[in-house]
Amino acid sequence: MSEHHHKETFVTKYIFSTDHKMISKQFLITGMIMGVIGIFMSMLFRLQLAWPEKSFTIIEAFLGPHQTDGIMSPDIYLALVTIHGTIMVFFVLTAGLSGTFSNLLIPLQIGARDMASGFLNMISYWLFFISSIVMVISLFVEAGPASAGWTIYPPLSALPQAIPGSGLGMTLWLVSMAIFIASSLIGSLNYIVTVLNLRTKGMKMTRLPLTMWAFFITAIIGVVSFPVLLSAALLLIFDRSFGTSFYLSDIFISGEVLHYQGGSPVLFEHLFWFLGHPEVYIVLLPALGITSEIISTHSRKPIFGYRAMVGSIMAIAFLSTIVWGHHMFISGMNPFLGSVFTFTTVLIAIPSAVKAFNYITTLWKGNLQLNPAMLFSIGLVSTFVTGGLTGLVLGDSALDINIHDTYFVVAHFHLVMGVSAIFGMYAGIYHWFPKMYGRMMNKVMGYWHFWITIICAYGVFFPMHFIGLAGLPRRYYSNTAFPMFDDVADTNVVITIFALVGGIAQIIFLANFFISIYRGQKASQNPWNSNTIEWTTPVEHIHGNWPGKIPEVHRWAYDYSKKVDADDDDSDYLHGQDWVSQITPLLPGEEES
Amino acid sequence: MLALFYIFIGVAIGVSFWQITRIMNLRGVIATDKDNDRQGKYFILFGVFIYALMIYCLIGMNVLMLPESASFEGENDDLLFDISFWMIGIVQFIMQFLIFFFTYKYRGKKEKKAKFYADSHKLELIWTVIPGIVIIVLIGFGIFQWTEVMNIDENEETIVIEVYAKQFAWQARYAGADNTLGLGNVNFIDESTNPMGVDMSDTASQDDKQVTELHLPKGKKVLFKFRSQDVLHSAYMPHFRAQMNCVPGMVTQFGFTPKYTTEEMRQQSEVIAKTQGINKIRSEKGEDLYEFDYVLLCNKICGASHYSMQMKIVVEEEEDYKKWLAEQPTLAETSKQ
Repeated sequence: MSEHHHKETFVTKYIFSTDHKMISKQFLITGMIMGVIGIFMSMLFRLQLAWPEKSFTIIEAFLGPHQTDGIMSPDIYLALVTIHGTIMVFFVLTAGLSGTFSNLLIPLQIGARDMASGFLNMISYWLFFISSIVMVISLFVEAGPASAGWTIYPPLSALPQAIPGSGLGMTLWLVSMAIFIASSLIGSLNYIVTVLNLRTKGMKMTRLPLTMWAFFITAIIGVVSFPVLLSAALLLIFDRSFGTSFYLSDIFISGEVLHYQGGSPVLFEHLFWFLGHPEVYIVLLPALGITSEIISTHSRKPIFGYRAMVGSIMAIAFLSTIVWGHHMFISGMNPFLGSVFTFTTVLIAIPSAVKAFNYITTLWKGNLQLNPAMLFSIGLVSTFVTGGLTGLVLGDSALDINIHDTYFVVAHFHLVMGVSAIFGMYAGIYHWFPKMYGRMMNKVMGYWHFWITIICAYGVFFPMHFIGLAGLPRRYYSNTAFPMFDDVADTNVVITIFALVGGIAQIIFLANFFISIYRGQKASQNPWNSNTIEWTTPVEHIHGNWPGKIPEVHRWAYDYSKKVDADDDDSDYLHGQDWVSQITPLLPGEEES
Repeated sequence: MLALFYIFIGVAIGVSFWQITRIMNLRGVIATDKDNDRQGKYFILFGVFIYALMIYCLIGMNVLMLPESASFEGENDDLLFDISFWMIGIVQFIMQFLIFFFTYKYRGKKEKKAKFYADSHKLELIWTVIPGIVIIVLIGFGIFQWTEVMNIDENEETIVIEVYAKQFAWQARYAGADNTLGLGNVNFIDESTNPMGVDMSDTASQDDKQVTELHLPKGKKVLFKFRSQDVLHSAYMPHFRAQMNCVPGMVTQFGFTPKYTTEEMRQQSEVIAKTQGINKIRSEKGEDLYEFDYVLLCNKICGASHYSMQMKIVVEEEEDYKKWLAEQPTLAETSKQ
């Protein structure tokens, strides 16, 4: 953290860097590569779902031994959905989103020279890198990668006799996830310590930008819940490799009775979802934090209800740790627990509704600068509302009985956490690209990227609710075994076309991103006229972030369009412009908002 | 090799893109008033798209939906679902309108000034309390219905049927004259003579009847006991609004009372419409025509043939059911052979 510039070699600057800005880029690029793999997989299995008996050379090309004449095997179909889920949830939306923006923004927005421990931060990235490599290697295992669903419920995930992917593929999956969890924990602890200890003078907790609050609380949920997944995974490793019976009991498979006695798969479900549900918010809260910041900045208005926003982040975080049972209403657990979990689950609707209404009120009477980052943030509010509302149906145990594990669920969570979080990530990239690379991204490509993506996202996931209501279960390789689902085939074709177009459209983003790194227009110091203090650092990255002293903070982050006369919207701006940086001292007689 | 070819094409496209951008102007980076105006209007167009999509899905795809509940217990599920769906539908229509309309209405202009509006406790109270009240009502109804469905009165007279899952087939066992299922365990499994692992030393087992097709009497409460011999499965009977996981090492249960026989269900207008739609598609492809049947599906990922694991369910009048059941041999009879 010293201000002295010591000599940097290529290796210490670009590879084993301890600088949070470089680490955040490393997280982003790794996450993007994993994202390309994850999205590509979804396009492959969408081909299968739309045209189950048709041969595709692209399937022949990429699935090699797992296909015959361009038609994928059922086992690899399950493997593809499993790895798609794992990669998107953990590698893209946890490490790629939270890792990138927590690393980039926490020191810059609280006014610190780096993370509390730059070394641990570097370790966190490299563990993530190793876990990504292990996950990618698992794709090339002869029997196929893990294929028991991203939830890896035993006994399916424990017994290679049950599905080929539960052999070496599953072992590598578990190893990869164990390393990933270590990475995530080290990262989270670093974020928490940094936010608590390294804030600059005047940066009271009540003056933190909402991004900081979101990342801070997200890190806390991560620390509380990820270790439980680690223990779940360890016990599964014991069951698989050392013959223990934590999750297994009374099993007859491949003509023989296995020795397992007294374990229960329901135990695994509890442990898994104790992480699995908070994980949804680990993915979503950073996206909501980013959106809060961007909507306020680009509306040229203070975020509406700052305190309520912080309160609702805390409420969501707290509730998220006591609702995991809603994934297990029909798992065979005591029905009374079902009532309890219904109650806690549906309560989350209240803070979520507060957030949605506050976003909309922030838009009201704003001066909206519709940059690509802003479009993605508005898109997030739209998909968050659409996806969130169906949560009221799914969280109700009585209704969940009949739509559990159908495509209704798939549509719900893709909209509310998948698309929303990806939109938050895109918004963040468009907004903070100038801070990361010193250049700007192109807006025309950004607009095309946004409109194609949101139209395709709705085109994919809105009709999907309704094929779920037709009773269509998820994770079916093909629906041809049931004549009662013949009439959803057309809808499946439409969904696949939207998915393919939407997937391919991401090339526009990739092109914009990589070209802009090298050829984009040079950024000014504060291109969006933003109040937060990361825009007071020089455009060129330096170790320690600020060349001289770290500036002192005098106000909250949202003094946009503050007027001389608070009751007259047309009066002059109090500071002569529609933004007031956090480092601007209060004028005599000025009240802090 | 083919994969390399695809990757090569991808790289080639990328490089040409790169070259094109050399001559392209990448200078447009921050939204101007013209952009704001145009993008704001696009949001209205997009709003129209979303509303068209929502209305099409709600009305046009209605024929795909499951028909009304075929069990008495499911009636309230349908009612609760309708209430919830109307409510979230209305909220969805209003919220999306506000998002798109505000984006259009307040699109930025140079001379415009945004309103400095940071807080209103009154507004926040309103949108905390109103959703609060609405969801308390929904939770109340939901928990009431859940308790009704899940708590099975031990004294109630029910027909006990065991549903047994394995990769990738369903089997069922009727409790016989004593209405008590004999014990079962994987250690008793013999794939040819005793596939469900019934303990034949248990006297209750003797009159049990093992079948591969479920027959249920209309109007009698059926209590299902679920077992699995290998991995997790889920017995999903969508027409009855019934589902329960089958967990190795444990017995789970679910009960319902069939309301319509298979024959009656085939005459039901929603089912007729859906069947016609399906048969139109099937006849175009030259496949056999489909006739409605109740079905039990596997709805928990269980392996390669998960997607085809099913069992037919027949609901019939009580006398037909009794006749059918009487024709099935007991385990004592089959094991003697």
